[in-house]
Amino acid sequence: MAGTLSLTLKIWRQPNAQTRGRFETYQVDDASPDMSFLEMLDVLNERLILEGEVPIAFDHDCREGICGMCSLVINGTPHGPEKATTTCQLHMRKFNDGDSITVEPWRAAAFPVIRDLVVDRGSLDRIIEAGGYITAPTGSAPDANLILVPKEAADGSMDAAACIGCGACVAACPNGAAQLFTAAKVSHLGLLPQGQPERYQRVAAMVDTMEELFGSCTNHGECEAACPKEISIDFIALLNRDYIKAQFKNRKLSGQRV
Amino acid sequence: MEYTQTEILQTVRMTEMEHLDIRTVTLGLSLRDCARDSIAGTAERVREKIARTAGRLVSTVDEIGNEIGIRVANKRIAITPVSILTEGATGNPVDLGRAMWERCGMSRDEAGLKATIERVRQLRDEFWRDVKVPGSGESFNQNLEHAGRVADFLEFAELLATDALHRKESCGGHFREEYQTSDGEAQRDDANFCYVGAWEFQGVDKPAVLHKEPLNFEAIPLAQRSYK
Repeated sequence: MAGTLSLTLKIWRQPNAQTRGRFETYQVDDASPDMSFLEMLDVLNERLILEGEVPIAFDHDCREGICGMCSLVINGTPHGPEKATTTCQLHMRKFNDGDSITVEPWRAAAFPVIRDLVVDRGSLDRIIEAGGYITAPTGSAPDANLILVPKEAADGSMDAAACIGCGACVAACPNGAAQLFTAAKVSHLGLLPQGQPERYQRVAAMVDTMEELFGSCTNHGECEAACPKEISIDFIALLNRDYIKAQFKNRKLSGQRV
Repeated sequence: MEYTQTEILQTVRMTEMEHLDIRTVTLGLSLRDCARDSIAGTAERVREKIARTAGRLVSTVDEIGNEIGIRVANKRIAITPVSILTEGATGNPVDLGRAMWERCGMSRDEAGLKATIERVRQLRDEFWRDVKVPGSGESFNQNLEHAGRVADFLEFAELLATDALHRKESCGGHFREEYQTSDGEAQRDDANFCYVGAWEFQGVDKPAVLHKEPLNFEAIPLAQRSYK
């Protein structure tokens, strides 16, 4: 059929975390260049169901690049070849007729495979939980602009808050480290005046939990390259600065508590 | 009619500052004479009649709006229920759906809702007869999750139609053709339906039980909205 792509897909199949997985090869002969990568998998799954096979499990939700549910390592790159784009917004027109495409789940010790391409990203939630909440009573919502926020702080915080928590940074990292994720989450609060209460307890708790569950950062920078939201690696420097400061500040606070 | 200067200025003010407009002009259209033996034939007649009688509705209403200086926000037509038009006809109802889609909006009536409930029950039977879920229920299975959702929708669809059928009034987004004022506006029945309906599930194919949560208006008396 004219205008469609004929593709060979090598897809990771694994029934659960306890069973060994392997690549299965599937031929897709009628992929439209206008399909997203996930729609192409939907079409393949429809066919597998009709053929009486078990369809391929993969994570997805909003399909507009903001929910952080989609994953997939495509040809060795988390979220595929297009820069600053999640898998759900990657279109088949970025591929060529006759291509062979390898599709794997996020590979990281902290992300056990649930099935096929679906992994458990609960370890990221553990980091967020460690951050906790601000215990100070805040009353009702204040008027807008009552707290003055410098432009630089607002911009920096906004850049960090772009993180959708997909885990591509962890999947791209040779150490399986979650530094970019944690840095983004710590910075988007820590840069703002509203985030100052308990800022240093928060960073210490989140980094300690992160180090328990994930590998350690050795400044490869793969995370920044893979991030669909282009979170800058500079945030890791901010995270490290806050964490070192926390070692002194929190010591003083524990002294005061006694 | 005599207008005082104050009235004229007030109207100008409302138009300028408060976006005074005429909400809707509705053209009532009987399509009973369009019914034919085949749905395709009916669709053709419907298309022709709507184009002939209502084709210039929007431009005419806009012209009048410009003449009196007040914008008319919505122009719509109200037509004979499709269920009446297609009674006893053969063919593909999608043909008719297309004709309606091209020219019309949506509204509900008793016969249509009853037919819908029947159709949903048929679909539900078809679903349970034909459903095929690959994989097993023992491990993570996205297809099982999807099938469960469709099963939910098929039960909920019937409830939705049942609720719309029992509410013998027009209110908000619920427009029942039997209950409209002489000029085509929604006709509420606050004496009988001033409550929120909460339906208790009794099992599939058993009628749900209605619990009424009354709406009590203490500070402000309940009134029909008026765009006039």
